[in-house]
Amino acid sequence: MERIPYLRLENITKTFPGVLANYSINLSIEKSEVHAILGENGAGKSTLMKILYGFYRPDTGNIYLDGTPVDIRSPLEASRLGIGMVFQNFMLIPAFSVVENIALALPKLNVLFKRSEMEERMAVVADRYGLSVDPRARVWQLSVGEKQRVEIVKLLLSGARMLIFDEPTSVLAPHEIEGLFQIFKNLTNDGYTILFITHKLREVMACADRVTVLRRGSVVGTVLRSDTTEQELAYMMLGEQSLHLDRSTKKPPEGRSKTVLELKGVEVSDDRGGLGLKEVSFSISSGEIVGVAGVSGNGQKELGEVVLGLRRCRAGSVLLHGNDATQWSVARILGEGVACMPEDPLVMGVAPGMTAQENMILTDRMNYFRHGGLFIDWKAVRAEVERRVENFGLPIPNLDTPVIALSGGNVQRLVFVREVARRPSLLIAYYPTRGLDLAATKMANDLLLACREAGIAVLLISEDLEELFSLSDRLIVMHRGEVVGSFKPEETDRLEVGLLMTGSKAP
Amino acid sequence: MFLFLQGVLTGAVRSETSVLYATLGETLGERAGITNLGMEGCMLMGACLGFVTMAHTDNLALSMMAAALAGGLSSLIHAFLVVTRRANQLASGLALMFFGLGVTGFIGRPYVGMKIRGLNELPIPYLSEIPFVGPILFTHDVLTYLTYLLTPLLWVFLFYTRWGLAVRAVGENRTVAYASGLRPSLIQYLAVFFGGMLAGLGGAHLSIAYTHMWVEGMTAGRGFIAVALVIFSMWHPLRGMLGTLLFGGAIAFQLQLQARGSRISPYILDMTPYLLTLAVLLLWGRTRKHAMPEGLKAVFEGVD
Repeated sequence: MERIPYLRLENITKTFPGVLANYSINLSIEKSEVHAILGENGAGKSTLMKILYGFYRPDTGNIYLDGTPVDIRSPLEASRLGIGMVFQNFMLIPAFSVVENIALALPKLNVLFKRSEMEERMAVVADRYGLSVDPRARVWQLSVGEKQRVEIVKLLLSGARMLIFDEPTSVLAPHEIEGLFQIFKNLTNDGYTILFITHKLREVMACADRVTVLRRGSVVGTVLRSDTTEQELAYMMLGEQSLHLDRSTKKPPEGRSKTVLELKGVEVSDDRGGLGLKEVSFSISSGEIVGVAGVSGNGQKELGEVVLGLRRCRAGSVLLHGNDATQWSVARILGEGVACMPEDPLVMGVAPGMTAQENMILTDRMNYFRHGGLFIDWKAVRAEVERRVENFGLPIPNLDTPVIALSGGNVQRLVFVREVARRPSLLIAYYPTRGLDLAATKMANDLLLACREAGIAVLLISEDLEELFSLSDRLIVMHRGEVVGSFKPEETDRLEVGLLMTGSKAP
Repeated sequence: MFLFLQGVLTGAVRSETSVLYATLGETLGERAGITNLGMEGCMLMGACLGFVTMAHTDNLALSMMAAALAGGLSSLIHAFLVVTRRANQLASGLALMFFGLGVTGFIGRPYVGMKIRGLNELPIPYLSEIPFVGPILFTHDVLTYLTYLLTPLLWVFLFYTRWGLAVRAVGENRTVAYASGLRPSLIQYLAVFFGGMLAGLGGAHLSIAYTHMWVEGMTAGRGFIAVALVIFSMWHPLRGMLGTLLFGGAIAFQLQLQARGSRISPYILDMTPYLLTLAVLLLWGRTRKHAMPEGLKAVFEGVD
């Protein structure tokens, strides 16, 4: 007799107005395996998982749990069936303590519940699977990795047998990712089943038992990890596209390169009045990409802000094109050709309620002024914006939609294109590929290399070591506001940089 | 001096009762993520209908129930608009306030100037004979005594029970609450309804117990003071009680001064409680990080 899989999806189809998100999905998940769902952004992974968790209901199709058909109408129903989900942006309440957050998910709690009893139950699970968190801390005080652990403890205590992780690594530092995979292993050893959604091939190879690849809402296939390779998975995921990043064809401009930006012993305060940057010195020349590696929150934000003039130096100086720019206003610095692609474009880079077109000219609107800025030449704007969308292959169907309606990846690309189109001499790029899928990442990387070719000095701030190694001409590593290492990529390796950026190795 | 202080404090407890009810009600609603600027209207509904029922039946329990229901039902209008219809909370609340003002003006017209037996002080034997504290705390009416019970009860409810946790979770983030298996809309309806009931009782205290009469618009902004006190108390029932005592103290203080023939203009004196409220808000300034229920930031967009 054939074995009955733990969870089976049969012909699941889900449409949203105008979008076919999932088409006739068939999928079997065995008990106590790590099953990866691999696919590009928009391949339908999240929709499928939300169906499993009762957020959406499929248009057609059946779900079987242990061979019996189930109807998952709501998250409550899902958790009754033992299905739990760790969301990308965490379903936790920052103002609550860890204990309160966990209590919220427990259906059979006494009306008057005892915090001490909850803490004991937490400790049991935490010890067994390596998930320790201070139960009395408020969630807003926790690091991202700790929040993730709280989510896992919450699900385990609420009786989940299968855990769905939606892109769990996108917010973690390299060593935290390894810790998470270890937790996966501990859990499957005890009979838990893990469903792991991702678009990162390397992570699939590192932790999954089986992989199901989705493309454009349909299943391409399910393979055993041990029977496949990264290349094969990439091919399944993308089809015929080439992703090879060719750094050699895009050479930096010939001739003498000039120093564009120089920092000399810069020190600034952070938001809490502590030291944000400590004696930071380095320089960037035209046509050079300098990569800044580091776990976010180690001075990267302050670094960009001090160059842009948003944050004042306590000590040291900032030189732009050889002139002392330490005391310049933000407007003057921008006027000197400094462009920035901010850390969170939706918050810092665009006016969310305004249209894509309006946002596209937000930083160079002066070029379209008529009658001394009383009016704007919208015809010229339209032509220019259309040209940019065309040239850079931006997938924005309607320029008159407010950017809040665009996906995060598209907003990011819009800001990127806008800043590059200003022809800056220095571009500060924060996490330019964070959250982007492979195709979009490739586009962003190509754009960075094109900037380099055009003689722009690029300060690339990223947590993705692979990206840093493949793009940078020089690498600096930051830890607690200090530069703890400075290399050519070929002089070092990922391990050394990883250790430096997490403070595990003294510089 | 001793008697003056005792008089002020006794008066404070007496006159703060109505505001305290509304403050507790608003705390409950805002903890669930709904700001109700219509508390003033709910109080008026309670004051008016409580008084009318009392005038006709002379039955205290019945008029209490009428007052609570009047407050609760009128606040359901607000709940429907902001939870189901996703209306702007500020607009809806203000509309409710004017609605209450108009309706009670109409219903209460024949009762203006009527005097009723009402709810009188009922000193608690023995307890009220404790020197100084006794008269301040234990020479009041039943509705005031009820607040001694309700305030800590709401505190325990919000912070130590599963239900309170659910209410606060909905106020912080509806999506998280839903993902945790709760029913956010139902919880918000209930919170606003019970909040409105409390405001109705507060209004009834004003008409039946405090003044024994009905005057159009007699709440005189107490509903709004309650909203301000909720912020001042950082959405905490016990601190809310302190805040209302401060407000009541200011009222009692100016009444004592007027009774003693102070030469300061009574108009200026009438302003003291409101000036005090302004001063408190001014000094208090920014609230502590994460003290405010996150969901309240959505008042302009309706509940999502």
